[in-house]
Formats: sequence, C-alpha cells, structure tokens
Amino acid sequence: MTEENALSLHDAPTRSMNMIEAINDALDIMMARDPDIVILGEDVGYFGGVFRATAGLQKRYGRNRVFDSPINECGIVGAAVGMAAYGLRPVPEIQFADYIYPGLDQLVSEAARMRYRSAGEFTSPITIRSPFGGGIFGGQTHSQSPEAMFTHVAGLKTVIPATPHDAKGLLIAAIEDNDPVIFFEPKRIYNGPFDGYYDKPSRTWKGHPGSLVPEGYYKIPLGKARIVREGAALTVLSYGTMVHVAEAVLAEKGIDAEIIDLRTLVPLDMATVEKSVEKTGKCLVIHEATRTSGFGAELVTLVQERCFYHLEAPVERVTGFDTPYPHSLEWAYFPGPVRIGEAVDRLMKE
Amino acid sequence: MAEKTAPDTGRVRGNLPPLELYVPEPRYRPGDVVDYSHLPVPPAGQLGRPDENCPASETWPMTTDMIRVLDEEDRAVGPWNPGLDAETLRRMLRTMALTRAFDDRMYRGQRQGKTSFYMKCTGEEAISVAHAHALAHDDMVFPTYRQQGILISRGYPLVEMVNQIYSNRADKLKGRQLPVMYSAKDYGFFSISGNLATQYPQAVGWAMASAIKGDTRIATAFVGEGSSAEGDFHAAMTFAAVYNAPVVLNVVNNQWAISSFSGFAGAERTTFAARAAGYGIAGLRVDGNDALAVYAASRWAADRARANQGPTLIEHFTYRAEGHSTSDDPSAYRSAQEREEWPLGDPIMRLKKHLIALGEWSEAQQEAMDRELVEQVKVATKEAEKNGVLGHGLHHPFHTMFEDVFEELPWHLEEQAAQAIREREIKWPEWKGEGA
Repeated sequence: MTEENALSLHDAPTRSMNMIEAINDALDIMMARDPDIVILGEDVGYFGGVFRATAGLQKRYGRNRVFDSPINECGIVGAAVGMAAYGLRPVPEIQFADYIYPGLDQLVSEAARMRYRSAGEFTSPITIRSPFGGGIFGGQTHSQSPEAMFTHVAGLKTVIPATPHDAKGLLIAAIEDNDPVIFFEPKRIYNGPFDGYYDKPSRTWKGHPGSLVPEGYYKIPLGKARIVREGAALTVLSYGTMVHVAEAVLAEKGIDAEIIDLRTLVPLDMATVEKSVEKTGKCLVIHEATRTSGFGAELVTLVQERCFYHLEAPVERVTGFDTPYPHSLEWAYFPGPVRIGEAVDRLMKE
Repeated sequence: MAEKTAPDTGRVRGNLPPLELYVPEPRYRPGDVVDYSHLPVPPAGQLGRPDENCPASETWPMTTDMIRVLDEEDRAVGPWNPGLDAETLRRMLRTMALTRAFDDRMYRGQRQGKTSFYMKCTGEEAISVAHAHALAHDDMVFPTYRQQGILISRGYPLVEMVNQIYSNRADKLKGRQLPVMYSAKDYGFFSISGNLATQYPQAVGWAMASAIKGDTRIATAFVGEGSSAEGDFHAAMTFAAVYNAPVVLNVVNNQWAISSFSGFAGAERTTFAARAAGYGIAGLRVDGNDALAVYAASRWAADRARANQGPTLIEHFTYRAEGHSTSDDPSAYRSAQEREEWPLGDPIMRLKKHLIALGEWSEAQQEAMDRELVEQVKVATKEAEKNGVLGHGLHHPFHTMFEDVFEELPWHLEEQAAQAIREREIKWPEWKGEGA
C-alpha cells in the first residue's frame, strides 16, 4: 500500500472484493448519499448490467434512478448531458468501450466543452463507465482500448483503475467530480489480476492486497498516481491490466523496477513520474492500446521533455499492434511478457 | 495478377433495367420563375383540434395538413384560435418587430467589421416569439442559432446579446463562443452548440430529469429541417417516446439548410411532422408564419407534456427569407422570387394586419413603434460598444482562455497560460489590458 492509499483507508475494516463488486459498492454508497445520482444504460436496470456492475441497484433505488436505455449511445450520452444541465449527476454505462463512438460527439463536442462554452453556466458532471481492453476473446468489437481519443479532448478526464481498491475509491471521486469523467474498467481484471500468460490459469483477486476494499465511503483523488513497487533501476509507467502484467514480468526477471500505476491519464500526475525517472534514469511505457498516437506517445514525449538530462537510455514503449483486435490471434496481439521482456532487456543493456 | 477493384457493370440479369440513383433537385434555381401552386396552403380554421390528452395517433391528420388560424381577411378563425387578448397580441407583435430590428442592426454591425458573423431569423420571428409566449417563463428551451426571439421574449437585455456578438470584455461567455451562440440559464435558454441537433437528446434528458424529480417544468428544443437528418434527431425521438418525456420537439422547416433544399432531409417523401407517427408520439404541422397558429400548437404541446401525456413533434412550416448567415449568398443557389412570392406571407405583417382588423392597432402606431424599436436597439448597441468590438483589444484577459476547461486548473493548463501571457508581453509590449 502506498502512502496515499493508507491515508484514504481511515483504518476502516476491509473486505476482499473483485473489481465488479468494488464498483457496485461504490455506486451503492454514492446513490445512498446523493439522490441526484442516476444510472442509465443498456441492461443496467432489472438485469444489473452484462458484467453485473449495477446488480441490485434498481431494486434498492427504484426505476426512476436506475433504468435501462435504448441501444443508442448518442441518446445515452446526450440525455445524460441534458440531465446534468438540469442538476442531476448521471452515471451512464456504455456496455463496451467499443460502442462508445455513436456517443462520441455528445462527449467530445458537448459534455467536454459545456462548462467552457457557457462560461460555467452549464456543467456536465457525468461519469461514463465502460469496460475496455482485451484478453477475453472479445474479437475486434469487444476489446478496444480507446483511451487516447479521450485524453486528446480538452475538458474530459480519463480514469482507469487497476485494483478493486482503486476502482471503488476512484469511482467515488469521479462521481463527485464536477467535470465529465471517462471511467474505463479493464475487464480482463474484473475477476482477478493477470500476468499476461493466457495459458496459465487466471487467479482470483483473493489474497491480492489490492482486493482489500475498505467498507464505506472513501475516495482516491483524481490526478494522483500509485507507486505499485519502488525500485531504482527502471521506471515503468502503465495503467489498468498492464500494471499487473508489468509487475509479473519484472518480478520474473528480477529487475529493481519502480512501477507506477498512473490511475488517471488526465489530469496526469507528472510530478510522480518525473521524480521516479530522475531517480532511475530509464523509462518504459506499457499500454494495450494501438501504438501510433497512443497515450504512450504522450508519456514518452513528456518524459523526454522534462527528464532528458536524467535519461540513460531511450524511453521505450510497449503497446498493442496497429491493427484491429484479432479474435483468434488475440494472444499474439496482446502486449504480453515476451514483448515487455525484450524491451526491458534492451533498456537494461544501455 | 492485378486484383479486380471495381464491380462488374452492365445488364447481368437479362432484360432488367439498370438501377438509377435519385438525387433531389429544388424546383427553382437563380433566374427561374417561381410557381408555388404545388404547395398546398389549406384554408385557416379548417383543421380540428383534438384534446391535449388524446392518444398520439389522433394527431395524424395534424401532421400531414397544416394548422392555420389567421385567414385571408386577417381574422383569427377555427378551433385552434387561442383567443389571445389584444394586449398579448400587441406584445407579441412588438417582440417580433424588435427581433427584426435587432437582426438588421447586427447584420450591419457585421458588415462594419464589429463582429465576424451574424445570423438573421427574418421571416421566422413568429416561431420563436409565439413559442416563448406559450411556455412558462422557467421552462428550459434548447434552441438553435435562429431563436433569438426567445431571449428577446423573455426580456434578456439586448446589451448582453450585443456584448456576446461583439465578443467584448463584457461578454458573459468570455469571448469563447461564435456570435449568436448565447447561453442564458436564468432565462431558460440553453447554451447553443455549433454541432447540429446535439441539443435534441439533451432536451429530452433535461425533460427526463424534470420528470425524475417530480418538477413541473418542461423542456422544448429546436432543430432546422436540414439537421433533422442527424442521428441525434432520431436518438432524441426514440428516448422521448420510450420515456414519455415532457418535451416539445420543434422542427423549423425553413426550406433551406445553407444551400441544400429540404429535399436533402427527406422532405419530398413526407412531412417532418409525420415522423412523429413512427415513434408513436403526437405530431403537429403548423403555419410558421402565423403567430397565432404557432402559439396554439406550442401551447397544446406544452400542456400535453405538463399533463404527463408525453412528447410532441411540431413542424413549423416557414421560409428563410435571408441567407443562412452573413457568410452566405443565397442569390447563388435560389431564385430571388422565392422569398417575394412565399404564399404564407410575412409573420409580422400578418399579425399587424390582424390587430388592425380587430381595431386594436393602426399603421401609424406600427410606424411609431418601429422607430422606437430602432432607437432602442441603437442605444443598446452603443452601450455595448463601450465594452469593445471583436478584434479591437477590449477582450477578456488571456488567462480566461484556460479557465472553465475544468473546474480547477490542472498543472499543464497553468503552464500553458503562463506561456500565453509571456507571448503577449513580447508581441504587444504596449498592452494595458486588465489583469493577465
């Protein structure tokens, strides 16, 4: 546990949860606290969502506050923008991040700029939850990682948790935030952390320190990274599923790497990154999204601009390939231990 | 071997005729003689008026016909006559005339280089003004750029409108929005987007929120007939129908979307109001140049929404008498005669003549009022000009460019703000503006 996490716990009793349970817990707590929070999305009501993240909430808070929507992401996001303008705090679910594009204009041109264009008269305190990323044989339409599209947009915040503990604390912070937040949930680790070897059995969250979720309300501030593991030889920047893959690979290789889970891409905790790179002199960026113009390009540039005189090797990035996600070759696409391992070896040789 | 890249063409199936692509073409182009005889203008007062609580299906005749109240003799006739008192009629006439006077002045302001852009609503004044008069003052309107009449109806200060158009240092939107893209929350006027039809699902969401909270306020939204082709229009219709949202969805069919005629939004197949039927919601088609008909239809739909009977789609049939904006030249794509011979007349003249026919107004009063309104606009414009005009330096401090992107300024925007201010000191060392 890092310092920030420890501070946020307030010595509350903890319960081991998977990420879905933690998200459900966060939604439950926030809906009980704030009657203006409403949840809408495909299948989120009676059924509780295809991943069960909203299970039980309609029964508890009524159909006025948790309800199914038409299959129409433009309508889901557009209605949420209007609800927010009224004074509600909608938490829409987009069933898969791959389906967010019909709602993109409402997000990018409307929600993101509502505060700016109206000089604060109208705001969009919306938290859009959406499962993203691959590793579950979802094919090209259930596996994408579109986070870079949103980080490119002025006015949107992008949040990606890597543990159940963080998922709950970050989601609570996102819902309380008065700006529109894209909350991407790495669905590969909904049920357990993951080392990148698909042919090894998946573990559950049980026993993982990140699965110990405090009871009740707590939040993890947006814009604050988590140092997963301290180290002196290499800084690894990552988020979501890839944090766990990086951890497994570096432990296996026995490298004294400092692994940073960024948690939020916008706003970015650049101070923590700079401090680490200045210490280690080497930096590796890992994400699952396609390579060209991915968020890794931004991270590498920032490190180069701000830490150049501390660097002992070129900053590297390990990413998915610049292809759509292939169904049968998913494990050839996935930036797993081999790809990460090669990059680590190159960096450590410098 | 080269790959075949084009499909085979020709008659591959014996004697079937080749398929033909149909591309709509307006009836008249510049220089053409206009003949509106194809356009049915039903007599005023003929159409029945169903109860506001009727099933949506009963409004079908109203979606293909046209609700009209003012007849050829300038009388208000038929079941849709809202029976407004003379005082209200005079107020509506005055607001419509003020809207036109304001448009004329701002159009000239753009030509004089005081702003980059302006959009008139000439010929459409009845739609926004009569609609606003039919609503409660606190209902939320999600407008397009051609409903300035709503702001004026609700008493929004003209000076504030001009400040926004001139993007000066008093502009409440801090010079960030294109001219005429107002936002006035306290006047129930939602922030205008340049992306078309996005306000439609937002209005439905606002109306749903009002219903969730057990409020009594409703939402209304506007879209041009051209942007009814956007996906957002259909998303909004679906959501409005599914949740029985207390919303009035208006389509202003002014025949032209910049240079594309209404055929490119599907007008040749059916009316825009008729689209309501497919969603199972109420629909009304109204003479948009008849202020009384617009009032009556808007009031009917607003009452229906307020009684939990759900949404209504209203098509306001009208004509965009001027160009799309100051950046447009309509003489390049349509016959000049179109405007002159528009069979539904001018909304201000029609209401004026109705009041005169009632014995409640006169030509002399109209002339005096017009002079007074020109003066009122002039005074407001002069007042606003004290705060600056576009490009003359009297704008908001540079730091405001970085504010309101987020509630709080993150480090990267703070850094960029510092850079912008540093650049200013180099580029304009004589700068004496207020603040950073």
